[in-house]
Amino acid sequence: MDNAYLIETVIKVVVILLIFSALAGIGTYFERKVLAFMQRRLGPMNVGPFGLLQVGADGIKLFTKEDIIPTNVVAPIFKIAPVITAATAFMAAAAIPFLPAFTVFGYEVHPIVADINIGILYVLGVMAVGLFGPLLGGMASANKFSLLSAARAAAVFISYEVVTGLSILAPIMMVGSLSLIDFNNYQIENGWIVWSQPVAFILFWIAAFAETGRTPFHLIANDHEIIDGFGTEYSGMRWGLFFIGEYANMFFISFVIPIIFLGGFGDGSVLGALALLGKMAFFFFFFLWTRAAWPDVRPDQLMWLCWKVLMPVAVINVVITGFVMMF
Amino acid sequence: MFEAVAFYLFAFLTIAMFYITVTTSQALYALTALAAGMIFISAFFFILGADFLGAVQIIVYTGAVMALYAFGMMFFDTTREVKEKQGNKFIVVGLATLAAVMVVAIFVAPIVSTNMTAFYPMVEGAGNTQEVGLVLFTKYLIPFEVAAVMLLVAMVAGIVLAGKKMDLSLTLMSAEQAKDIDDKDKKVLS
Repeated sequence: MDNAYLIETVIKVVVILLIFSALAGIGTYFERKVLAFMQRRLGPMNVGPFGLLQVGADGIKLFTKEDIIPTNVVAPIFKIAPVITAATAFMAAAAIPFLPAFTVFGYEVHPIVADINIGILYVLGVMAVGLFGPLLGGMASANKFSLLSAARAAAVFISYEVVTGLSILAPIMMVGSLSLIDFNNYQIENGWIVWSQPVAFILFWIAAFAETGRTPFHLIANDHEIIDGFGTEYSGMRWGLFFIGEYANMFFISFVIPIIFLGGFGDGSVLGALALLGKMAFFFFFFLWTRAAWPDVRPDQLMWLCWKVLMPVAVINVVITGFVMMF
Repeated sequence: MFEAVAFYLFAFLTIAMFYITVTTSQALYALTALAAGMIFISAFFFILGADFLGAVQIIVYTGAVMALYAFGMMFFDTTREVKEKQGNKFIVVGLATLAAVMVVAIFVAPIVSTNMTAFYPMVEGAGNTQEVGLVLFTKYLIPFEVAAVMLLVAMVAGIVLAGKKMDLSLTLMSAEQAKDIDDKDKKVLS
């Protein structure tokens, strides 16, 4: 293992951590603005031009607020739960190719931390571990609403893992590899996978909302039913870490969907890289759009959707793909 | 060097986590330590270059431990300590020691007698995932299929145990009877 590789990896890790922590903060600004415009409001306006410095104000508030540990909680688990959510979100980023390879001062840089040959499995698996954060936070909080939220986290986790796995299986069968780079290269020659696997695309997209806990499936911290769910007892930066984890997950899944289904960064030109960022921005915007446009579903509707609609459709899709590939 | 550091780090972490799992009387500590230990084990697969098994270890065991959490939530107040019934300590310690010694003996015996040979050598050019698939669908096909059938049996049994009116057969009764049952169900549901 030579030094150049080591230094390159460390720099990449630091850059990804910094960029996506900052993006998580800016993401909250975008979310407020988008929701505000869709609801005919102005959103944050007072702090700085167009309320842009609101992100900084929120950061100062979160960092300087007192970190309260309530009396009856299981303190070590309560303290570590937010860290799990934030840490696993960033760990998942290790196998995502954010941009095509480019050259800086004659040194070729691959903007992926580790090109392991099971990339997609690793990303989805580690992202799923992130749901331990809400689960543990809810169970350790000694609060009924938090416990309800933890129970919902377990239900969502066990159910939607199945849909994500089965929906991604059909594209994996076509590509014959689990590496996200191979997915990208396959689509250069054969066209975007979304044209041959539209069902898998829709299913994966729906499951992404459950994996990140965004609005139509926002049962884990449903404000109007269970206060803030797992976050009820949290304050200050521990609560902020849950937020960073959630937004980082949204950004990463918004990278993964275009790489798997919509051609990724294409042949690696500057245009392809910009196209990937554009697709990512669209999927991130879609998360916010859905939040403005759709009500939350009930937990039983969520389970019904998962086990009686999405899972059978995913299985049928896999079987049909298998037949088409065989004959 | 990195491999050695990673190995000792994760060996220490894994043993520490499983030690907490068996010694603590707090259900939440035990479950969390179990989940952490299972995930740390995946590091050994990654160090050995078995990436596929490492990722599968993470995915399968997080899901499995999550189901355990659900049971924990149903049966205890997980924020309180569980009072354990202490049986005969000598029997517990004796059996645990015996089991540990036997496991070590089973794994060390082939290494000591240098009889370890790989029946299925690596295929040139095949990736990690393909290797697992090749072995699974040639040498271990029967155990694989048997496991699948057992899971199917378990699933059917679970549905029968949890479902309502499973003692009645819709195919054996007349159309009117079946319709009556349908109407009753609708009343209960609405």
